[in-house]
Amino acid sequence: MSTTATETKPLKMWQGINQALVEEMERDERVVLVGEDVGRPGGPYGVTRGLQERFGELRVRDTPISEQVLVGLGVGAGAVGLRPVVELMFFDFALIAMDQIVNQAAKFRYFSGESLPLVIRTMCGAGGPNGAQHSQNFEAWYCAVPGLKVVMPSNAADAKGLLKAAIRDDDPVLFIETLGLLTARREVPQGEEFLLPIGVAETRRAGDDVTVVAIGRLVDRALEAAETLAQEGISVEVIDPRTLAPLDAETIVASIARTGRLVVAQEATAPFSFASEVCTLAAERCLPQLKAPPVRVASPFVNVPTPVPLAESRAPGADAVVAGIRRALEGA
Amino acid sequence: MPEVHVPVARGDGALRTAAGRYRLMRLSRRFEETVHDQHGEGQVPGPLHLSIGQEAVAVGACAELRRSDAVLSTHRGHHHCLAKGARADRLMAELLGRESGYSRGRGGSMHVAIPSIGLLGTNGIVGAGLPIATGAAYAMQAQDRDDVTVAFFGEGATGTGAFGEAVNIAALWALPLVFVCENNQYVELTPQDVHVAGEIWRRGESHGIPGVRVDGNDVEAVREAAATAIARARGGGGPTLIEAVTYRWFGHYAGDRAAYRDSREVDSWRARDPLVAARAALDDAEADALDAEVEREIADALAFAQRSAVTGPGALAIDHLKETA
Repeated sequence: MSTTATETKPLKMWQGINQALVEEMERDERVVLVGEDVGRPGGPYGVTRGLQERFGELRVRDTPISEQVLVGLGVGAGAVGLRPVVELMFFDFALIAMDQIVNQAAKFRYFSGESLPLVIRTMCGAGGPNGAQHSQNFEAWYCAVPGLKVVMPSNAADAKGLLKAAIRDDDPVLFIETLGLLTARREVPQGEEFLLPIGVAETRRAGDDVTVVAIGRLVDRALEAAETLAQEGISVEVIDPRTLAPLDAETIVASIARTGRLVVAQEATAPFSFASEVCTLAAERCLPQLKAPPVRVASPFVNVPTPVPLAESRAPGADAVVAGIRRALEGA
Repeated sequence: MPEVHVPVARGDGALRTAAGRYRLMRLSRRFEETVHDQHGEGQVPGPLHLSIGQEAVAVGACAELRRSDAVLSTHRGHHHCLAKGARADRLMAELLGRESGYSRGRGGSMHVAIPSIGLLGTNGIVGAGLPIATGAAYAMQAQDRDDVTVAFFGEGATGTGAFGEAVNIAALWALPLVFVCENNQYVELTPQDVHVAGEIWRRGESHGIPGVRVDGNDVEAVREAAATAIARARGGGGPTLIEAVTYRWFGHYAGDRAAYRDSREVDSWRARDPLVAARAALDDAEADALDAEVEREIADALAFAQRSAVTGPGALAIDHLKETA
């Protein structure tokens, strides 16, 4: 599925997402985009700018503030021949549409045996002055739902390749963008057929002493931590699952079995989270090889405050990942 | 927009005649009486919400539909499924938990979706079909098709946020959507006056949506109102809200004795059986022949379901993602 593109361009994550949308809408007339402020304003963070001008008001459509209807638009349109992309401005707003996502979209194939092409794009995490109702990370809740794919890119190139794959996928995909990464720049392969496979993890850095599984905003921070510790002769492997559900467990298990140590790093809080699931995986499948208890590096179990410096103090930084790795190495 | 491939309907045009409408109402009635009996014998491994007494609403509203039109149904939706062209035998098999059912016998009556005939789902969640209906109607509009979507819902669903959201966007976007409120006067175990303020048919008024209240026990009245609404929607005129007033003969679910109702009230509505009126439009010989045909279809459907294997644990994991289909 993945192709090697020869040319790359340095793009911010939002530009990678924008490029994916443009290319897929050019390629397939059935692709449409609906959401609050996606059309004329181009989205609150500019992710969808220029799309309505290019594809018209029917295919890029501003909706009222009606989250149930928003996802319902996607379910109904996907069921009768379109390939809709629905934007839920903040992940927190997805809670209003929970019934349509969990009870309707995710069960369509189970009830009917038919495909439901549907991408639900949303944005998680702290990074703006948005506070406790616009900054949350609920990825684990949706990973617990059969019939739903959950994708969480950590950079501009992955965002482009994975979103294109999600749009071509025949099942509902919850595509979680991260506010704190929207303006982060990366070399992004150009070309319409740059696709990244859903359900395949990427080993960002190879190492022998400890496995760090990091998602979203914590991937770059884990790489930074690995670089820091390399100076002490500590060899850290960093795995970015990219798709949280279905999870590429084999890549993760193989790495833990080799290193014997696991750190999971995420912006979400720890209880009942993605990190907890990966730790369970280690306990169930790697116990004989584990040399130390697994470590979760996560935000503290408190709400997200509004002031940016305060909110940023809550999210784990590279230093927290370094500390987590040291704990895993010490086995304490 | 590319044309969507739409095969010719099994039931296309079947409800265009009074005889066809009566036959379908009779089929729906006998289907439910049969599954009700099966439920009493412990053969239905799931809940059953009967629409007996309400057949004219589904048949009248679907009379002018094509296979390529879409219908959203409810938890009480066997009559909608049959009116949109579902096969009685596979629907029976579904309710009896058999492998040949529409959802491999895993869904039961609230989880039937047959996209190939435009039936986008009965639903276990009250009001949840309404947002999906806006999506189907939006796709039809975006693809420049002259198809329409009919969304059935009960009066209880008018209390949900989904109803308000759907009515608003349907009006804003002039969607080819017909809202059909099947007011059977009871919402679960309580009368509608616990649930509904004002008049349902007027709920679209401030949105500029035409509203009409019809006798939901008169299949011709429902058909006429629906035909007007459907023609308007096909022509780009936008949505209509129809309130069809009818009555639920049985309790909320099979087994609910509905002791919260006055038996005189029930009797007065049973005396207005929609099938009797529909039958009166035909001559007796024709009606008798149709009745006999329906009996054969129901007997065959039951035999088909009973012949089919009971769905076992081997089917649990099927059809969650394409990779596991």
